[in-house]
Amino acid sequence: MTAGAPCRITRDMSEYVNAEPRGASVERVQRQEYVMEQGLEVACGQRLAPIRVAYETYGSLNEDKSNAVLVLHALTGDCHAAGHYSDDDAKPGWWDIMIGPGKPLDTDRYFVICSNVLGGCMGSTGPASVNPETGKPFGSDFPVLTIGDMVRVQRRLLEHLGVERLLSAVGGSVGGMQVLEWSVRYPDFVFSAIPLATTSKHSAQAIAFNEVARQAIMADPQWSGGHYYDGARPEHGLAVARMIGHITYLSDESMRQKFDRRLQERCDLSFNFEADFQVESYLRYQGNKFVERFDANSFLYLTKAADYFNLEKEWGDGSLVGAFARASARYLVTSFTSDWLYPTYQSKAMVQAMKKNGLDVSFCEIEAPWGHDAFLLPNERLDNLISGFLERMERELKKEMENGGAGRGGHAL
Amino acid sequence: MRFDLQVIASWIEPESRVLDLGCSQGVLLEKLTREKNVRGTGIEQNEAKAGQAIAKGLSVIHGDIYEEVRDYPDLAFDYVVLSQTLQQVIDPSSLIREMLRVGRRCIVSFPNFSYWKHRLQFLLRGRAPVSRELPYEWHDTPNIRVVPIADFKRFCRDLGVPVLREVAIGNHHYDDRGKTVTFLPNLLASYGIFMLGRD
Repeated sequence: MTAGAPCRITRDMSEYVNAEPRGASVERVQRQEYVMEQGLEVACGQRLAPIRVAYETYGSLNEDKSNAVLVLHALTGDCHAAGHYSDDDAKPGWWDIMIGPGKPLDTDRYFVICSNVLGGCMGSTGPASVNPETGKPFGSDFPVLTIGDMVRVQRRLLEHLGVERLLSAVGGSVGGMQVLEWSVRYPDFVFSAIPLATTSKHSAQAIAFNEVARQAIMADPQWSGGHYYDGARPEHGLAVARMIGHITYLSDESMRQKFDRRLQERCDLSFNFEADFQVESYLRYQGNKFVERFDANSFLYLTKAADYFNLEKEWGDGSLVGAFARASARYLVTSFTSDWLYPTYQSKAMVQAMKKNGLDVSFCEIEAPWGHDAFLLPNERLDNLISGFLERMERELKKEMENGGAGRGGHAL
Repeated sequence: MRFDLQVIASWIEPESRVLDLGCSQGVLLEKLTREKNVRGTGIEQNEAKAGQAIAKGLSVIHGDIYEEVRDYPDLAFDYVVLSQTLQQVIDPSSLIREMLRVGRRCIVSFPNFSYWKHRLQFLLRGRAPVSRELPYEWHDTPNIRVVPIADFKRFCRDLGVPVLREVAIGNHHYDDRGKTVTFLPNLLASYGIFMLGRD
């Protein structure tokens, strides 16, 4: 038996992709913070105050405030969507391939905003933040959140930034859920919406994977009921949770191409429990790397929010058509053929509900072998869809503003 | 632009709502949007073509025409167009009924199978016709129906669907020029274009 080629991990797939840099990036960027002193009563009834929101912006808001584009990050993303913090910052923001001068989210034309979600751990208030009542981190005393809570906070941030209407809200996966929530919760605020590789509600399968990941964290003795910030963190549990997540972001074909059964830096099976296979080594590497940047409690809260998300229950009395009856955005819906976490049928269900409401909707199922991760990988089709759609939105919004706002909403019919 | 699409475009009123089934890259919708300010939507099965149409700034759904047309409410459109796709449709009568449910008018264009060149080929060579209008061999054709203009008219009559306008044209498949054929259209025209209404 011969050793496989060493596993070259050049690209960290998985919702937080290091795609090869492409084209020019935005100028040096800076993470900013907005503090909502009065906070918010979140869906479960608990009041959170103050709430801190980490965000970044790229480009500038034009005079008639018609060019704001809100980017919503996926489960474990952050507000650093594009550009570099400094000259020696090797890694650009997570969607640098999409955001920048001349790119589909063209920062010469659009004012692009991205914030870290409520409940996250990348600068926004979350379970690792200090509870003002106790002076200690919230841990598991943090309230369980919903996607709606995240969106309400984003709305306040936009008001703070002087944005009165979004040309578009764009996001994939859990970011796509936020896009959908935005368009239904605040229909007058959202001129167009681009939900990518997402769903209007998790399938039992998606909830199941999240639950296994949460159990991995909570079964780690170092989780300590969620109050671990004084001591060792549940790193092993979080790493396993990440490994599970990773599997759901890939596809059978992408794993076969990337790893197949190749062995990791060895010529033969070890007959012990070391990482024999490249795929094992890769998952371990990804798990360990994730632990360095992510908080286990945030992972619990964010996956729970994603599992709770149910557009039709929240806004349509159990009917997705009913939920979209509230919306007036123009939509561009995109799914990927090999995405089994949020399969195409879920996007089609949304498109169907939009059509039944006479909404202007475009849909494309993009052929891609990379599984759920495809939405973050360079893809010319996706680039063209987004830039063509946004250009039309720019024209239509301008036309509507010239007519004194007397549009027909996003109703095509 | 294909001549049959030019004819179809000329039949469509400005500012109307148009659904184009099998819209390809959206040539017709683009023209109608630009020149007649219509509110257009297309359905296209091919990912690359649907993607190109959306990238042009058109509202297009990548999907199957039978499935997608069902989701629209009654009378959602003024016109529903099916251009040069009828010959590939499995169940034409239910599709046309569905088109007339979601639209006030439906416009259908198709290659005329009883065009004299096709007849001649079959008569003289005894082989399935292959022409510029029907450029496929029997084994690789996507066309599953042969539709002479005369048969289509009878089909509409049997279906109880009134023909509001009809024209037969002579041109080549990708030719942007053509002429209408009024004398013996079932023999001399290469394409038929029909506007159907509700009964």
